[in-house]
Amino acid sequence: MSEQVVTRYKVSERANHWVTAISFMLLAASGLALFHPAFFFLSNLLGGGTWSRILHPFIGVVMVVSFFIFATQLWKQNKITAADREWQKHFGDILRNKATQLPEIGKYNIGQKYLFWILVITIALLLVSGVVMWQPWFTPIFPVAVVRLASLLHAIAGFVVILVTIVHIYSAYWVKGTVRGMTRGTVTAAWAKHHHPAWYKEVSKGNR
Amino acid sequence: MALQSLDIKARSATTSPSPAVRGEVIKVAKLIDISKCIGCKACQVACMEWNDLRDEVGTNAGTYDNPRDLTDQSWTVMRFSEVEVQAGKLEWLIRKDGCMHCADPGCLKACPAPGAIVQYTNGIVDFHEENCIGCGYCITGCPFNVPRISKKDGKAYKCTLCSDRVGVGMEPACVKTCPTGAIVFGSKEDMIHHAEGRITDLKERGYKNAGLYDPSGVGGTHVMYVLQHADQPGLYANLPKDPSISAMVSLWKGVTKPLASFALGLAVFAGFFHYVTSGPNEVEDEEHTS
Repeated sequence: MSEQVVTRYKVSERANHWVTAISFMLLAASGLALFHPAFFFLSNLLGGGTWSRILHPFIGVVMVVSFFIFATQLWKQNKITAADREWQKHFGDILRNKATQLPEIGKYNIGQKYLFWILVITIALLLVSGVVMWQPWFTPIFPVAVVRLASLLHAIAGFVVILVTIVHIYSAYWVKGTVRGMTRGTVTAAWAKHHHPAWYKEVSKGNR
Repeated sequence: MALQSLDIKARSATTSPSPAVRGEVIKVAKLIDISKCIGCKACQVACMEWNDLRDEVGTNAGTYDNPRDLTDQSWTVMRFSEVEVQAGKLEWLIRKDGCMHCADPGCLKACPAPGAIVQYTNGIVDFHEENCIGCGYCITGCPFNVPRISKKDGKAYKCTLCSDRVGVGMEPACVKTCPTGAIVFGSKEDMIHHAEGRITDLKERGYKNAGLYDPSGVGGTHVMYVLQHADQPGLYANLPKDPSISAMVSLWKGVTKPLASFALGLAVFAGFFHYVTSGPNEVEDEEHTS
């Protein structure tokens, strides 16, 4: 018996997501390694401290490019609506798996939308501050006060990105049936109806 | 590899204790008496010879500063300033620039590579280039703009205060060679005492603002200056008046580190415990059939 499925992500969207995700993992590991000595062992992932320092900015450019292409594909569906704000009021019940009678939301819930906009802002910030910190190419151009500010901002923005990504990964694991949307591209109709009813109505209308 | 004959007080990016079996060690200092310096640059040459460094031959830019700036090959540079503190009375102030060996070193605080920067118990701050990853955070952290990254190997270099000489009981090469005795070396206590005598002498000769440069903002330094105009260190090629580690660097490599690391760990645990207490969020069966 074949399960009824709907398409959630096109091939190009999945490709962008995973290029961003893989480069993010390498960036987080090498970035944390240079942030706190407790994480320095993570520098081994890229072949030691010096290789981490050399490769981190290049991988960063890859992530920025793939993320912003991905973001242009998704931004329209990430505008926050009145239904989202209503949905947010049930957030405690949702966390306890006790939510009933939720407002009909679209392709993304407000948590996903916050994640989207936080990533847009912090990744832009990481790009700008990262260029300022990029030795030996760009750092010598800037006054040391600017480099100091960039270093602090880069650390704070990196922390925020890692934090929201932990929440992002956990949410995908916690809400069963979500991960396949990004690996196979489809979700079950039941999943779509339950979690994103307005989006389900829209896509099923288009299909029939 | 740190010098085994010297105890270590602090190592970069290291949270465990440093080797320190030898007990109390005398704190050392180099004292540079600017009023005695004739700008002969013998110290620059001695530094090149002892450390086996050869900078590229530069071009004359209309000043005596040669080379123009500190580099990975030039760990000390004479900076010449022509000033008139009193109208009509020209003074030629020559400052031997280089690492100040801060008691609270901004480079070491900023460095993310374990053991790339060490501070010996005697006060010398030394770079161990084999551990350096070339990120340049030491430059970002330094209040005196001293470290330089080599274009050849991507490692950071600066004055070692001849730790390899001091470790076997010798004075730094620049001190050894100085023909006027403008540079002296010994225990920090003795150097402060020696400076006091020089300052009294300078004051008698009319330099009423003569004083010692040992800035407390960085915990004092292990390279100190006797300045004729200690009230205006900026006259000496922009020597900072009250240097300290930038608040930006303190925040970046201070409280942010443990707090952010703790928060990230907490987020992972919160997720795990949420899952084992609340369970997965599954689409209920009746919705499958509806």
